[in-house]
Amino acid sequence: MWRIRAFEERVGELTRADEVHGLVHLSVGQEGVAAGVCGQLRPDDVVYSGHRAHGHAIAKGASLERVMAELMGRTDGLCRGLGGSMHLVDVEHGLYGATGVVAGNVPLALGSALAHRLLGGDQVAVVFFGDGAVQGGIFVESVNLATLWRLPVILVCENNGFAEFTPRSAHTNVERVSDVVAPYGVERETVDGNDVVAVRTTFARFLAGARGGAGPMLLECLTHRVRGHYEGDPERYREALAAEEWQGLDPILRLQRSGAAEGWLDDDTSSRLEQDAREQVEEAVRFARESPFPPVSLTAELVYAS
Amino acid sequence: MTETTYLQAITMTLSEAMRADQRVLVLGEDVAEGGPWGATAGLAEEFGAERVRNTPISEAAICGIAIGAAQSGLRPVLEIMFVDFLTLALDQLVNQAAKGHFMSGGQLQVPLVLRTQGGAGQRGGAQHSQSLEAWLTHVPGLKVAMPSTAADAAGLLATAIADPNPVVFVENKTLYFRREEVTEQPPALPFGCARLVRRGRDATVVALSRLVSESVAAANELAGEGIEVEVIDPRTLVPLDLDAIVESLRRTHRLVVAHEAVQHGGFGAEIVAQVQAAAFDELDAPIARVGAPFAPVPFSPPLEDAYLPGRAEVAAAVRATLQRSRLDDR
Repeated sequence: MWRIRAFEERVGELTRADEVHGLVHLSVGQEGVAAGVCGQLRPDDVVYSGHRAHGHAIAKGASLERVMAELMGRTDGLCRGLGGSMHLVDVEHGLYGATGVVAGNVPLALGSALAHRLLGGDQVAVVFFGDGAVQGGIFVESVNLATLWRLPVILVCENNGFAEFTPRSAHTNVERVSDVVAPYGVERETVDGNDVVAVRTTFARFLAGARGGAGPMLLECLTHRVRGHYEGDPERYREALAAEEWQGLDPILRLQRSGAAEGWLDDDTSSRLEQDAREQVEEAVRFARESPFPPVSLTAELVYAS
Repeated sequence: MTETTYLQAITMTLSEAMRADQRVLVLGEDVAEGGPWGATAGLAEEFGAERVRNTPISEAAICGIAIGAAQSGLRPVLEIMFVDFLTLALDQLVNQAAKGHFMSGGQLQVPLVLRTQGGAGQRGGAQHSQSLEAWLTHVPGLKVAMPSTAADAAGLLATAIADPNPVVFVENKTLYFRREEVTEQPPALPFGCARLVRRGRDATVVALSRLVSESVAAANELAGEGIEVEVIDPRTLVPLDLDAIVESLRRTHRLVVAHEAVQHGGFGAEIVAQVQAAAFDELDAPIARVGAPFAPVPFSPPLEDAYLPGRAEVAAAVRATLQRSRLDDR
């Protein structure tokens, strides 16, 4: 979680410095979901993500260096500089794609799950999406198909209460995403997404089921997006949380507090984890800055596979 | 030689591909029942419900599922029953399938075939009769095939299934039941390789899909007037065999481009632009286009018949282009 937090905070600075380019959506505050889910997956389990993808990529095993280089559009980026922040792919670590079109990633995960089953594998497909995706028609189509075909896919909703600039209450009368899928018979649960242990525990149960071929399941994680929808968002639509209120919610501080209370994590270790993460991020920034931009010829080279 | 139809050629190619490669699967609305024309008839019986998957009427999601399956190692052949319904799947096709390989820096491949059919002439009205191939040719990352015969349907479909890229395979409903002599095993046909359908010295007609046989009929009619027309079928629009068109133009110096799609913004305009850039000096007259008027396809039979371009429109365009020359204009 510290690696994601440190990475995202640094990316925010680098966006303002115009070193990281394009539309950048940070997951500060939502680290508990990425860590609680991806930490339990195998490299050959497939993950799909959306426009807020950095944390999922890092938690799934992508190197900080190559993610940072991608955000800077460099040749050593995960996608050789052709993807960018919203389109991270790292096949080696099972990240089969982040997509910038909200809800567009959901059926892709179903397709991967279908492929795993037909090819005889026990890999599980996981797709992350926000509560805004649930109002898309393709989400409902996908839930219907996933249940009809009993696909081993786990739908993970990061419900941060905002679809871009608008609160969930202004988009739908259905408060809980897990209620949207109820008529389809999806195994589902809503958890406190800022409690990484709760995410991990529930996801472990779903994962064991999906590994055995069951599915689909939906895990709704109630969480909080600390930053705006994108970097540069003036956020006129909401009041920032007071610092003390956020400290009560912060998934990292909560884990540190419970670890200290339960005696398995002391302050020194917590500080060291944060320090290590920030150093790794600085190393990633150095790596990315040293990586050249890709040659202009790359654009024409990769339109078609051969 | 054996007699077959365009439709039987497709069914046969699908079943051969499924027999040869376990990774090939067919999915779409009603495919297990064969679909409305029978293109997938018998496949479910031979290959089972796991590999011949009936889907709900959810074009967007089934397209996405096919893409995800392709990225994860399968070779799906997705049927979108009418090209008119492809509109519902365009986000998946354009934003996911076409860009997966590119945006991943080459890590992903999307070996997907999207079979669909278009065209008017069966009183289907404006939402079941369109020719929308030009939209697809505008999207880098997609390949677009448009067979006009049974042999080409078989040969191009085999190539499409083997291709590591997303291919949109646009059939034509009025061609499905035409009888045709083919070799027992029509060979796989490379993409980007046009077919010289008919030789001629006076004008070249580049025609797509249903307009190929209409153009041959027009050529036969014009032969009676002493006009010899060459007919070329590009077979694939992306990639396009521009060389074959230009080579023909060097012989005839006059060009007509013919398709059923609305002429305005149709793929003919792209052919015209490429040809004039490559071989302006070969042209003895402006390039003529044949296409549908800028209107939705009308339902009422006499209106639909009047709307559809065919033999008469191609013949008229050839005559018109022969009446013009650079010398006349001076």
